[in-house]
Amino acid sequence: MADVRTETMTVNMGPQHPSTHGVLRLVLELDGETVVSVSPTVGYLHTGIEKTCEQKKWQQVIPLVERMDYLGAQSNSLAFCLSVEKMLGLDEAMPARVNAIRVLIAELQRLSSHLVWFGTHAMEIGAITGLLHALREREIIMNLNEMLGGFRFFPSYIRVGGLKEDIPRGYKEAVRAFLDRMPGKIDEYETLITKNPIWMDRTRGVGVISYEDCCKWGLFGPIARAAGGDYDVRRAFPYCDYDTYEFDVIGASNGDVYDRYLTRMAEMRESVKICNQALERIDPVGAWACDDRRVVPPPKDQVYTEMEALIQHFLIYSQGFKVPAGDAYVPVEGPRGEHGCYVVSDGSNRPWRVHMRAPALFSCQALHKFVVGGMIADVIAVIGSLDVVMGDVDR
Amino acid sequence: MSADELIAAIAPAVPGAAYVALASADAAMTPTIGVPREFIVQTCRALQGPGLEFVAFSDVTAVDFHPNRQPRFDLVYHLVSPHRRARVRLKVQINEQDAIATLTSLYPGAGWPERELYDLFGLVFDGHADLRRLMMPDEWEGHPLRKDYPVQLRKDAQTYMPLQVTAEEFQANLERDRYQRSAAKPAPPAPGAPAGKG
Repeated sequence: MADVRTETMTVNMGPQHPSTHGVLRLVLELDGETVVSVSPTVGYLHTGIEKTCEQKKWQQVIPLVERMDYLGAQSNSLAFCLSVEKMLGLDEAMPARVNAIRVLIAELQRLSSHLVWFGTHAMEIGAITGLLHALREREIIMNLNEMLGGFRFFPSYIRVGGLKEDIPRGYKEAVRAFLDRMPGKIDEYETLITKNPIWMDRTRGVGVISYEDCCKWGLFGPIARAAGGDYDVRRAFPYCDYDTYEFDVIGASNGDVYDRYLTRMAEMRESVKICNQALERIDPVGAWACDDRRVVPPPKDQVYTEMEALIQHFLIYSQGFKVPAGDAYVPVEGPRGEHGCYVVSDGSNRPWRVHMRAPALFSCQALHKFVVGGMIADVIAVIGSLDVVMGDVDR
Repeated sequence: MSADELIAAIAPAVPGAAYVALASADAAMTPTIGVPREFIVQTCRALQGPGLEFVAFSDVTAVDFHPNRQPRFDLVYHLVSPHRRARVRLKVQINEQDAIATLTSLYPGAGWPERELYDLFGLVFDGHADLRRLMMPDEWEGHPLRKDYPVQLRKDAQTYMPLQVTAEEFQANLERDRYQRSAAKPAPPAPGAPAGKG
């Protein structure tokens, strides 16, 4: 048989493709169904948030950074607040109750993000039921967010110096009900997918990456842990008293799509465990912010009765507060890996520079490591397993 | 490991580099080292070595101190040693006309962040294989994250590809395509074409 001359074909996938998680555009070069090269094009969602942050006062930055990685919204604001608090020297003075509430919120956010990941990932590979089930539980987390801050997606509840206000009445009971419900629901998801032969055929041995490559390419979080790593910011560089919680850092060894799936599913169970412990620690009444009057306005009864408190309240709300000149970067373990905000201050009431380390940018960048040489259908599986959020990539 | 200890550990591997231990609010977790521009790649190679093992690339970004300082930019690298649970921050001062070596040979993950810096700050990385704009359109003027970028500037929306053909040409194209498609027989599948996975 004579050699058949074949040409490669260039295919645009996205930016409006339903399984590219927003506006990721892939220019794929195909030889038959085999991917020869992939070139991701990003920037369609670039909104210049980092530039806008430089025009805002410190506390006003929080709603902006929450809109970067919009599925892990409060992971962004936690990272920003921890960095600013480090510069203000508030990190040691933060009450344990505030830290417990922050841990609870961060883990609920991880659950919420992983639920979206699970649902969309399953749907893209053909298990549409998964999405309906996952969004049902995520809706409860959205309702919990609404109780906290009035907003469902971007509550802006975590503030520099503590929290916006105390947790609302009935919040703990609502979280308790959710946490009691959740383990059974995770079992349900796993019944649907984990041992599903179609799922296993589509995902095992697909999109493999080694742990060394993960490190070099800046991939942390579930992707690196599914490849045999054990780096978890909650363990390696504890914040918010994470070192006092009991939880396992979940990992796997093959580094393929299936192992990333298993890692995230197990992480959801660990998140429920951490939430339960955090909920135990939150006293019914107590501090919801530190008592540093540079940053946190005085209680309302003082504002109404004392001149100095009124002045301080007025100053914080009109001019904001000043942060000592310097820089800080405090990483947190976001749903997608190491998430952190590099903040530079020139000593004024506005940040000089705010830069978010975007985990999804790095997974997008390394996409060719996962898909080149594989089938085009596996590209969908890989993108789903990387859990990219284009708001995080483009900022 | 403090910044001074780190400097002592890497200095023998990089002769001639004048390192500075810099202060930062989070120095207990992330010591900061000021690195001369010429030595950034050698420094990172030394930091990857045994005993330090900063093998993981966390991030690179820049800060523009215009008009308060010359050289106006700080390049800020964050490296992690997942094994030792240690972090380090490297700061390099550069000016807008200075070029700096890319880190992609040591950490391929630096590729896109460096493209982002080229795009938003106008910094040029020597030896970068694919130094194009990342976020902004290719024909964008200026570098938005610079402090002297005119924020108030309003630009009209652009249509990138105006329709180049007239209605008649468009119709003729369609008909030609139709003719070709009906004339040519569909190609049989190539015998060596990869079969679908099970």
